[in-house]
Amino acid sequence: MSLESGELDDLTLKIGRKPTSTELQIVAAEWSEHCSYKSSKKHLKMLPMKGPLVISEKGYDSGVLDVGDGYVITAHIESHNHPSAVEPYGGAATGVGGVIRDILSAGTRPIAIFNGLRFGDIEKDLHARWLFKNAVKGIADYGNCLGIPTIGGEVEFDKCYSNYALVDVAAIGFGKKKNLIKNHAKTGDIVVLLGGATGRDGIGGSQFASDSLESENRSAVQIPDPFIEKLIIEAILEARTENLIHALKDLGGGGLSCAVSETADALSIGIEMDVDKVHTRELNMNPDEIMVSESQERMLIVTSNDKLKKLEGICKKYRITCSVIGHVTLDNMMHVKKGEKTCANLPTDVVANATLLDRPSKKPAYLENIENEKKLKPILDYTKMMMKFIASPNIASKIWVYGQYDHEVGIRTVVKPGKDASVLRLDNGKFLSAKIDGNPKHCYINPREGAIGCFEEACRNVVCTGAKPIGMLDHLQFGNPENPEIFWTFLESLKGITDFAKYFEIPCVGGKVSLYNETPSGQIKPTPIIGILGLIDKTPLSTQNISKGDCIVIVGQTKNEMGGSEYFEYIHKFIGGKCPTVNFLESKINMNSVLNVITKGLVKAAHDCSKGGLAVAVSELCMTYQIGCNISLEKVPNQKLDVDRILFSESHSRYLLVLEKKDLKKLETLLKKSKVEYNVIGVFGGDHIRFNKESKNIIDLSVDKSQKIWFNSLKELVLHG
Amino acid sequence: MNVAVIVFPGSNCDRDMYHVLTDVFKLNATYFWHEKGLPKNIDAVILPGGFSYGDRLRSGAIAAHSPIIKDVKKMAEKGVPILGVCNGFQILVEAGLLPGALLKNTSLNFMCEWTSLIVENNTTPFSNKLKLYQKIPIPIANGEGRYYVDSETLKQLKKKNQIVFRYSDTVNGSSDRIAGVCSEDGNVVGMMPHPERAAESQINPNDNKPASLIFESLLNAIGVQN
Repeated sequence: MSLESGELDDLTLKIGRKPTSTELQIVAAEWSEHCSYKSSKKHLKMLPMKGPLVISEKGYDSGVLDVGDGYVITAHIESHNHPSAVEPYGGAATGVGGVIRDILSAGTRPIAIFNGLRFGDIEKDLHARWLFKNAVKGIADYGNCLGIPTIGGEVEFDKCYSNYALVDVAAIGFGKKKNLIKNHAKTGDIVVLLGGATGRDGIGGSQFASDSLESENRSAVQIPDPFIEKLIIEAILEARTENLIHALKDLGGGGLSCAVSETADALSIGIEMDVDKVHTRELNMNPDEIMVSESQERMLIVTSNDKLKKLEGICKKYRITCSVIGHVTLDNMMHVKKGEKTCANLPTDVVANATLLDRPSKKPAYLENIENEKKLKPILDYTKMMMKFIASPNIASKIWVYGQYDHEVGIRTVVKPGKDASVLRLDNGKFLSAKIDGNPKHCYINPREGAIGCFEEACRNVVCTGAKPIGMLDHLQFGNPENPEIFWTFLESLKGITDFAKYFEIPCVGGKVSLYNETPSGQIKPTPIIGILGLIDKTPLSTQNISKGDCIVIVGQTKNEMGGSEYFEYIHKFIGGKCPTVNFLESKINMNSVLNVITKGLVKAAHDCSKGGLAVAVSELCMTYQIGCNISLEKVPNQKLDVDRILFSESHSRYLLVLEKKDLKKLETLLKKSKVEYNVIGVFGGDHIRFNKESKNIIDLSVDKSQKIWFNSLKELVLHG
Repeated sequence: MNVAVIVFPGSNCDRDMYHVLTDVFKLNATYFWHEKGLPKNIDAVILPGGFSYGDRLRSGAIAAHSPIIKDVKKMAEKGVPILGVCNGFQILVEAGLLPGALLKNTSLNFMCEWTSLIVENNTTPFSNKLKLYQKIPIPIANGEGRYYVDSETLKQLKKKNQIVFRYSDTVNGSSDRIAGVCSEDGNVVGMMPHPERAAESQINPNDNKPASLIFESLLNAIGVQN
């Protein structure tokens, strides 16, 4: 645990003397990539962060959006990749805990959890299966115990994550605007540490996360305790209601070092604290350990002396410990003492602001020929292929995962998991729709277009519930940024996300960068994740049955964009080809038109066309609503493509709309008016899913049989291999 | 009319239950922290779901020794309607107010899914508005929801009409597909599924009327016209 050599000189120069050992620990934690964003910060400024609904305050760990009538939602995304790769249960669980405390820091009650999980090829790789199973259990046990519903997410398997895990957790909070904690502090205020005791777990966690995963450093993994977290949530919200909190900060990466220095820096104050006052789990912890321990379930509160008694009363009720560890000073210094002895005395701006880097970037060599396609073996029996496809881990239903998450608690979940996006009811009569999406297969082939695609896909998903996107969370996960080729992919993805966000005026309300995602066997594929928050003013498009005779309409063009598709990669084992790109204008027209017809109540169900292409999207509708259909592939708007491309291309900006025949005319009038490319491609009915081309049958699946396989294959794979 | 909603450290369905009692069924409800005593003028007591004490030791085992349980027992003896849902059911069982035990589901996993109940006893304060054998669409959300009784106790339960709800399908391996039981006097009812998650049409994808009748039964039992 140390600074890089240049950084030690930098620190010495900035403070004008040699740092003490505690100072070194504090700065090493805070200047780690994980806490400082030193590689990415310069570039992240390009993202649009302002918007009419965005509320920004000093020192918030989560984004805040005004949803009207005096209410706000807060949102944040985090990952816990390194810990989860070593200890998936604890790593994933503490990942949930951390992001929940970020939501709590703004003074809002957490109301939903989302998770994005990525592992190696679980069909062949037993270790990947073990990681998957235990990460899911970790999230379930933590979120369920807190009573915060886990209502959505995504799961993906790809060989690039072998011996590794990406565990992304996003959370949403809700509260009254007037209850938001407006972080402030004045000289003489006291600094209180509330919650779990500080132990030796998670020491050096942030540096561990800022390095390649070469050795399994288990002591760097934190230990979860959701029961304590639940008590902290209730205690903090009670203290907030009683106005006992001046400023609030979660202890996450970098532990006390980070929380104290960042609070002081954000509020332009100094903090003097005594490590002897910190309640510890173990005896004889030295100041360095106390300052960088990442023990979980801790919050830092700034309050005044006269409010302390009430705060202590609340803590006593919930039987959680709170210790006054220091006070606010005028001098903008972070002064750490052990009794009378000074262990560290550093300017807060030096600690909280690492020197930012301008890393070199270079287009990766592998991209030169990646778009070339090879000749593929023809598929002789598409029905057989489809049965294999819907059973494949990436296409199969994720019910085995979300069935272990309490997604009903809180009684807000109007649209349940398993649909395009989940929808929550809010106290002002509006609805919040949210979804997270990633697509490393596309991003590997084209980091810019792939990232834009994730953004559009997440938007499409919330649009399918009738919501208008109002805010975005980004989580940028890449390999080692010191490698110029990796850094290039990071920059490309970021630029793509920025362009799309600006064009659609969707502000970025929160985000996270996770670098050094690599294992001895290599770097991960570029894995940006986008979370979209959408707002519905009146009624969400939710469950209705699809009946015999209902029509199915496709909006959008199916293009020859097979690169990174599940069809190429899973069926043909081929990585390459041109990946789907988003035409911004077309995207906007399609999105607005679909939203318009949903709002007008013309549509019974809407479903986005993405992974696995049209064939999978149609089958998902049929399997979810348990009804057959007949699709005429020649009616799908496309560029004279071969049948496999029409079926499995993952072109963006496409939506499937289900409606009663009587509403078709009205729908067509509206779609024609907005100049959307669309066509009626089939009719529901019967108990078979049939795709035909010019009256020749291509695919014929029994709904019952395929539904059974789609629902059960993931569970079968995990439990019985 | 006052309904007590008891809050233990780790309860997490207390606010949901409170919302349904007050906003949906217009009852007066009051939260009672587990260390408090219950006043005499309480008309019904509800133990909501959650993870009291983080399910340490055994679900419900520690909460069953909370100070407030003494008062709950007294009220039970007096015939006051008492309902335990999910963790509340586990607590009532651990406190000895209801027979049986709740074990890990046969899937060994936490299960959150919609299921269907069959009404087996419509004479309790929480089922009197339901028809016998009526079906109730309702969600479960638990890891230790498998109701277990030995065969002798099962015989007694049947004989004394203590089985209130059964699952219509085998869900988690419960003895005789039992989802909810009552005390011999019928005033104490425990059930694993969550009626408060099924009583509003907005969040119930099937039919919210049957689950609403659980609350309307309570209104009926404590003499509130609705």
